[in-house]
Amino acid sequence: MAAPAIMLENLTVAYDRHPALRHICGCFEPGSLTAIVGPNGAGKSTLLKAVVGLLDPAEGCVRCASADRRRDLAYLPQQAEIDRSFPISVMDTVAAGAWRDIGVLGGIASGMRRRIVDALSAVGLDGFERRSVGSLSAGQFQRVLFARMLLQSAPIILLDEPFTAIDARTTADLLALVQRWHGEARTVVAVLHDIEQVRQYFPQTLLLARKLIAWGLTGEVLTSANLRVMRRMSESWDEDAELCARAAV
Amino acid sequence: MASLHLTIVAPFQDYGFMRRALVACFALSIGSGPIGVLLLLRRMSLVGDALSHAVLPGAAVGFLVAGLSLWGMTTGGFVAGLIVAMLAGAVSRNTALREDASFAGFYLASLALGVLLVSTHGSNIDLLHILFGTILAVDNTALYLVGGIASVSTLVLLAIYRPLVLECFDPGFLRAVGGRGSIYHLIFLVLVVLNLVAGFQALGTLMAVGLMMLPAAASRFWANEVWTMALVAIAVGFLSGFLGLVASYRFGLPSGPAIVLAASLFYVASILVGRRNGLLRQHWPARHLAA
Repeated sequence: MAAPAIMLENLTVAYDRHPALRHICGCFEPGSLTAIVGPNGAGKSTLLKAVVGLLDPAEGCVRCASADRRRDLAYLPQQAEIDRSFPISVMDTVAAGAWRDIGVLGGIASGMRRRIVDALSAVGLDGFERRSVGSLSAGQFQRVLFARMLLQSAPIILLDEPFTAIDARTTADLLALVQRWHGEARTVVAVLHDIEQVRQYFPQTLLLARKLIAWGLTGEVLTSANLRVMRRMSESWDEDAELCARAAV
Repeated sequence: MASLHLTIVAPFQDYGFMRRALVACFALSIGSGPIGVLLLLRRMSLVGDALSHAVLPGAAVGFLVAGLSLWGMTTGGFVAGLIVAMLAGAVSRNTALREDASFAGFYLASLALGVLLVSTHGSNIDLLHILFGTILAVDNTALYLVGGIASVSTLVLLAIYRPLVLECFDPGFLRAVGGRGSIYHLIFLVLVVLNLVAGFQALGTLMAVGLMMLPAAASRFWANEVWTMALVAIAVGFLSGFLGLVASYRFGLPSGPAIVLAASLFYVASILVGRRNGLLRQHWPARHLAA
């Protein structure tokens, strides 16, 4: 088997010294399609942010097979993190996906324009180029962000709750896109809440509740025993927690 | 017709100081308008205000060292504004304090220091001069300065426009693809200070921010992209400068406040009748389209 696309080595991420993720070890194989499942506060988003490099690990590290993580990773944040009232056109939003190609000063050539129109067409938004982002519905906006990822054309794709508060039709269309990426042997990781959806579409699952509960084939991970463990482990924040015995000094 | 000509054209035909004041307003609008739009979109509207006050001690030191010298006061103001901007920026990036709070802290200290300096070493007339400016006393040197700053500001803004807008809209994305957002933010803050320094000579520290934020706030009701908002803001700045100067000449009003009040009128009018979400539009919407 090829080298893992992303390897987590004893990954621990802390907010204000309290770990949100503890000692996670494992790897995402190249071309794998993995769902991250866990209760609120389980550290799912934290895990993705650490992989992208938006958060620094308190301990351990994330290893990436690619030499240029910035180019090879495409990351979809939770929708709430973007200001949708911002005055920007759909065209410009999608064009940002090609940031690494056009950079600060580069122009958008006609070939690039073509790619943007094609990406919008692929997410079912033909003719939306000049529309303002503020005039879109939540589902349409999510389609725009997927178009931006199409332009990034990264081998590794990380999605943070891509289908939360999104209508069924859009979810189906975007899931088809995820399947297409999987078919193109890209590595896809998605944080999801809908267990049925995970069982149906995601071969691999990572079950998380601040530490790793199980990671492997979805059928073997999403057992009722594991799900019970997960619910029990949504522990509360302990202000007087002691120093972790496993922490490196 | 003749009286209209007499009101709005004659003052500029007859007096060099009116012409220079008008050109200064135009240049200020070109520089400050787009900066104001970006401040607005970054939810930093009041940071412009804070920085305009922060300029005061520097201008005062410049005044004490070099007298009523344009270059002395401009350099002093620029340095003081820059120090406050950098300190506040550093504090908000490295501590839990938010940007607005750290700016509030530093600008108040700076303002107090400035008032202290001026009142112990100068007369109140000087203080008034610095606080309220004298656009009618703008000479050619000051005009070159204001024009130069507007040109530099526009060029730099064009160069960093894309990452700046992206950092504003979706900072997480820019960081994830490896854009260095904080550098553009710093360059932007330098531009804010530069434009305020350009404005304070003409309008005074208190009013300089008026031509920056009011046209920007008005533009939000007319345009739906950053660059179109910037163009609207520049146009509103032009008109405010022109109308303010005419009113100031005609009715013997102080020019700085007249210009800023003219801009306020555009702002209020935009809130009321603006095409995008203006109040009247919300209450009496136009007939919807078929598709």
